[in-house]
Amino acid sequence: MAFPSSKEELRKEKMQDSDRQPNGTKGASESQFRKGLAKLLRNRMAVFGGILILGYLVTALLAPVLYPGNPSAPNLMRSLERPSLEHPLGTDELGRSILGRVIYGSRVSLMISIGVVCVGLLVGVPLGLVSGYYGGKVDFILQRITDMLLAFPGFLLALALVAILGVGINNTVISIGISMVPIYIRLVRGCVLSVREQVYVEAARAVGTRDLKILKRHILPNVMVPIIVQTSLGMGTAILFAAGLGFLGIGVQPPTPEWGAMLGSGRGYIFNSPHVATFPGIAIFLAVLGFNLLGDGLRDALDPRSKI
Amino acid sequence: MSGGALLSIRDLRVWFRVYEGVAAAVDGVDLEVGRGETLGLVGESGCGKSVTAMSILRLLPSPPAQIQGIVQFQGVNLLKLTAEEIRKIRGGSISMIFQEPMTSLNPLLTIGEQISEAIVLHQGLDRQEAWQRAVDMLSRVQIPSPEARAREYPHKLSGGMRQRAMIAMALSCHPQLLLADEPTTALDVTIQAQIMDLMQKLREEMQASILLITHNLGLIAEMAKRVVVMYAGKVVEEAPVEDLFREPLHPYTQGLLGSVPVIGRKFQQGRKQLQEIPGIVPSIFQMPRGCRFHPRCPRVMDICGREEPPMVWVGDTRRVLCWLWH
Repeated sequence: MAFPSSKEELRKEKMQDSDRQPNGTKGASESQFRKGLAKLLRNRMAVFGGILILGYLVTALLAPVLYPGNPSAPNLMRSLERPSLEHPLGTDELGRSILGRVIYGSRVSLMISIGVVCVGLLVGVPLGLVSGYYGGKVDFILQRITDMLLAFPGFLLALALVAILGVGINNTVISIGISMVPIYIRLVRGCVLSVREQVYVEAARAVGTRDLKILKRHILPNVMVPIIVQTSLGMGTAILFAAGLGFLGIGVQPPTPEWGAMLGSGRGYIFNSPHVATFPGIAIFLAVLGFNLLGDGLRDALDPRSKI
Repeated sequence: MSGGALLSIRDLRVWFRVYEGVAAAVDGVDLEVGRGETLGLVGESGCGKSVTAMSILRLLPSPPAQIQGIVQFQGVNLLKLTAEEIRKIRGGSISMIFQEPMTSLNPLLTIGEQISEAIVLHQGLDRQEAWQRAVDMLSRVQIPSPEARAREYPHKLSGGMRQRAMIAMALSCHPQLLLADEPTTALDVTIQAQIMDLMQKLREEMQASILLITHNLGLIAEMAKRVVVMYAGKVVEEAPVEDLFREPLHPYTQGLLGSVPVIGRKFQQGRKQLQEIPGIVPSIFQMPRGCRFHPRCPRVMDICGREEPPMVWVGDTRRVLCWLWH
């Protein structure tokens, strides 16, 4: 058979058998995805975590439906009421329904955690890829900066950044996001170091593939699993950090309903009206639990070596 | 020989600056590959064969690797090209086949995607045309039902199939030179023979040259026209393949040939056991003075430990790096 050396010849060939088309690849990758999903669904704890998170997502999306009133409007006549039919979780010191504030708080918390992991991913993953792939001076400098950032406990770093940037929802996201960047850099760099030594990366270089394409096509997909797992766990951490900042009064500012801030303001009434601090606390606990269980489940499901 | 050379390497030196010191992996290698020729490059593990091949395409990480010398390919010194220029050569006019077929394909991309990647890169075809070419290449390397195989992921293919796929990838852009770095080491013997036949056939069809790197002398005897023997970073002997097997000049080559088991001929030529070369390859950080082979050489002389032997031509086609022939 003659070698199809020109484009014309190739086109002719293609027309002859146009029914056998390329890109039947979707089926294969989808089945791989399905395999992972099936594994995840067999893991009861992960399913539980997933249901919790799904619950929060639905709550956040349907907040105005679930609680039609204004969660921030005070009603001092009815402050610190115990749970009742009208206010199932009671009211806080300003007479606002705790249920409504917990519901609206899920919006704030999820938004913050999504923002935080976005910052972490968008900054940390490219830097980790570059650091691990190129090595040398770039790697050295990036890793020393990472060392510096990792020397602080994550929460302390976020706290210090808030002190510099100021309070508010955006600064909370940026501060916690930056405190997560070094974690992503380290994680991605470590994985890249092992993947870049693979023969297929060398083979890709040997056929003249550009560095950027090698990073995008050969390295990034092969380090995706730890990134996904870290992202799920990172969502939980972000919620916890945001609540911590809110609790200290330097995160999201009132009257925005935020779980940490609610916990902080309820602290003063813990003996007489424990429900004020308890319910936001439970909300935080369940959200973080959900993300952690899902993260662990994802790790098991996506790890090709585990046979659960 | 020099006139028609496709690739000519002159005084190639490669050294690695590492924590333990400076490791000179390749130390003054000269060799030439003619058009349409298969040149065998043999030697023990760690003698610098692979490093030589890698430095042709400048695939060694630098730092720590440093390369010096001339690698003339079609009149161009590859070592002087910019990063972008050498990238265009890689996989275009020179391509490479690696030792481990099990790991040289990306597990997350289908065979077809990986082969067409190189085609898109070098031939400027669009994705569908490149895919078609990839399927065609797979059928040329005798992979059954190439259409289906192209859509599969590497884990579904056996080692021999994967190496075929790698060969398809390496040949997909009509390279003039194919660097085959131990292409059959990881495969079993019957598959080895098939792969080598295939490479030989494709070489003839596509008029390509092959630089075949191996420590398998049987393979060399079958495939190559000329052989270059390396030891500890240096070329110690070069000869046409028949001459080398009939009458090896360098004591190291004699040792290499003597250590090849011949099935069914146990007591041949009065020897009862398989010969071995005593000792091990010297440490790269502590090369012996004089001839690098002298501590292991059965015919060592006084001068061998004192001075490095010069390269001597024996006849028109053979050269040897040994005081015996001086």
